[in-house]
Amino acid sequence: MNTLVSGILFQVLQSVLMVLLAPLLLGWVNQCRAWLQNKKGAGIFQPYRTLRKLFNKDAILANNATVFFQRMPYVLFACMWLAVGIVPVLATGLPFSPAADVIALVGIFALARVFQALAAMDIGTAFGGLGARREMLIGFLAEPAMLMTLFTASLISQSTSLVTIVDNFAHHPFAIYPSMAFAAAAFVMVMLAENARIPIDNPVTHLELTMIHEAMILEYSARHLALIEWATSLKLTTYICIGIAIFLPFGIAKAGDWMALPLAIVALLAKLAAAGAGLALLEMVSAKIRIFRAPEFLSTAFLLATLGMLTHFLLEV
Amino acid sequence: MTIPLSGQLINLSAAFLLLVGFAMLAQRRILSLINLFAMQSFVLVLSTLIVAISTHQHHLYYSVGITFVLKVILIPWLLHRFIRKLNLKWDVETHIAIPTTMLLGIVLVIFAFNLAQPISQLSGTVTRHTLGIAIAGVLLAFLMMITRRKAVSQVIGFLAMENGLFFAATSATYGMPLVVELGIALDVLVAMVIFGIFFFHIREAFDSLDLKHMEQLKED
Repeated sequence: MNTLVSGILFQVLQSVLMVLLAPLLLGWVNQCRAWLQNKKGAGIFQPYRTLRKLFNKDAILANNATVFFQRMPYVLFACMWLAVGIVPVLATGLPFSPAADVIALVGIFALARVFQALAAMDIGTAFGGLGARREMLIGFLAEPAMLMTLFTASLISQSTSLVTIVDNFAHHPFAIYPSMAFAAAAFVMVMLAENARIPIDNPVTHLELTMIHEAMILEYSARHLALIEWATSLKLTTYICIGIAIFLPFGIAKAGDWMALPLAIVALLAKLAAAGAGLALLEMVSAKIRIFRAPEFLSTAFLLATLGMLTHFLLEV
Repeated sequence: MTIPLSGQLINLSAAFLLLVGFAMLAQRRILSLINLFAMQSFVLVLSTLIVAISTHQHHLYYSVGITFVLKVILIPWLLHRFIRKLNLKWDVETHIAIPTTMLLGIVLVIFAFNLAQPISQLSGTVTRHTLGIAIAGVLLAFLMMITRRKAVSQVIGFLAMENGLFFAATSATYGMPLVVELGIALDVLVAMVIFGIFFFHIREAFDSLDLKHMEQLKED
C-alpha cells in the first residue's frame, strides 16, 4: 500500500514537474540560439510570458469552425501530458508506465498528430490544408524511423516496455552497444523532424513556402493557441526525455526511493540543459532543407535505425 | 555479453566506420566527402590502435603510424590541394538518386553480414565479429565508386575501399605482415600522385572531371 502511494506521488511529481518545466526548456533552447547568434535573447522565461499573454486574451473562432476545431488544443495537450507521464525520466516503476510501451507511445503521438491535422483542415483555409498535408507527410516518414530506433533499444533489453529498457541500461553493468550509436543518430534526426526544428521546419518563421507546423495553427488565438504552444514545448520535452531515458538513463531513481530523488532531479535538469544547448547548436550549424528533401532526410534516419538493428545482430548476439 | 572492454571498443569503432561509410554514400559535397574520408581513416587508426594494445601485436603499431600519417593527414591534404587547384566546389553528381543508393547500401550490408558469418566463426581473434562490417565497408566504397560521376569522388571511393580492406585484415588476422602493409601504403601514395596528374590531364582534355566524356572514343 505504502509503495503504491509513494509511486503515485512520484508519478504526480514527475508529470507536474515536466509540464511546468517544458516552457523553460523551450526558452533555454531559444536563449542558447540567441547567444550563438551573438544576440542578447529574450531570456529563458519568455515562453511563460507568452503563455500568460495568450491566456489573458479573448479567443476568436472562425464562423465555420466546428467543435472539433475548438477541442483540438485540449486533446493535443492531454496527449502530450500523458506521453510525458509515461516516459520514465525521474524514476522507474511509476504506476502509469505499464499502461503503455514504446509502440503505444508512438501511437499517442500519432493520435495527437491526426487531431491536429484534422483540426487544421476543419475551417477550410488554404494554409490549414497545406500544413496538414505536409505534417502528415513528415509524420508518416518519421514514425517508422522512430519505431525502428525504439526497436533497436528493445532488442537489447528484450522488451518493448520503456521501464524495462531504462532499468536494463541504468541498473546493469556498463557495456558499450554499437547499435545504440546508430539508433541515437536516427533518433536525433527523427526528433528534429517531429518537433519542427531546423533542418525540416523553422519554428520562428511564418513564410508560407516553408512552414509546416505553423501553417496548421495559424487560425488559433488566445487560450487555444497558448495550449498548443504549451503542448508543442511539452512534445519537445517528451522527445528529449525519451532520448535521455534510452541513451543516457544514468542517475534515475526507483519509484518510492525518496533518498535518490534529489540526485535524480539534478541529473535530469543537467541532462535537459545539455540536450537543449546541443539542440540549439545543431540548429545553428545546419540550414533548413527544402521540403522535398525531407523524405530523403527521414529515409536516412530509417536506414540508420535499420543498420542499428543489423549491427546488433552482428556484434552483440 | 561477455566481450571484454577492448572488444566492445573495437565493435563500437567498427560501427562508426560503417556509419561514416554511409555518410560518405549520402554526401553531396566533395569537400565534406574528403573530411569524411579523413574521419573514417581516423576511426580506423583508433580501432587498430585498440587492437594493437589489447593483443600486443607490435607490428600493428607501425601500421597505425603509417595509416595516421598517410590517410588522416597526407592524403586528405593532397585532395584538398587538388580540389583547390582544380577549383572544384560544386556538388557531386550521381548516376542513381541518393536515397536509392542508400537502399542499395543496406542490401549490400545485409549481404556482407551474411557472407561474413561463417568466416568469422572459423576465426579466433577478438575482432572476428567486425569482419562483416569490414566487408560491408569495402562493398559500400565500391558502390560509391560505381554511382559517382566525378573522378575525385571515385578516387575517394577507392581510398575508402582500401580502408575497408585494411580493417578486414585487422579483424580477421590482426593485420597483414608489415612488408605487405608498407607495400600497400606506398601503392596508395603513388596512386594518389598518379591520380592527381590524371585529374589535371582529364580536365585539360575535356574541360571537366566528369568521366562520361571519356566514354566517347572519337570526336564528333
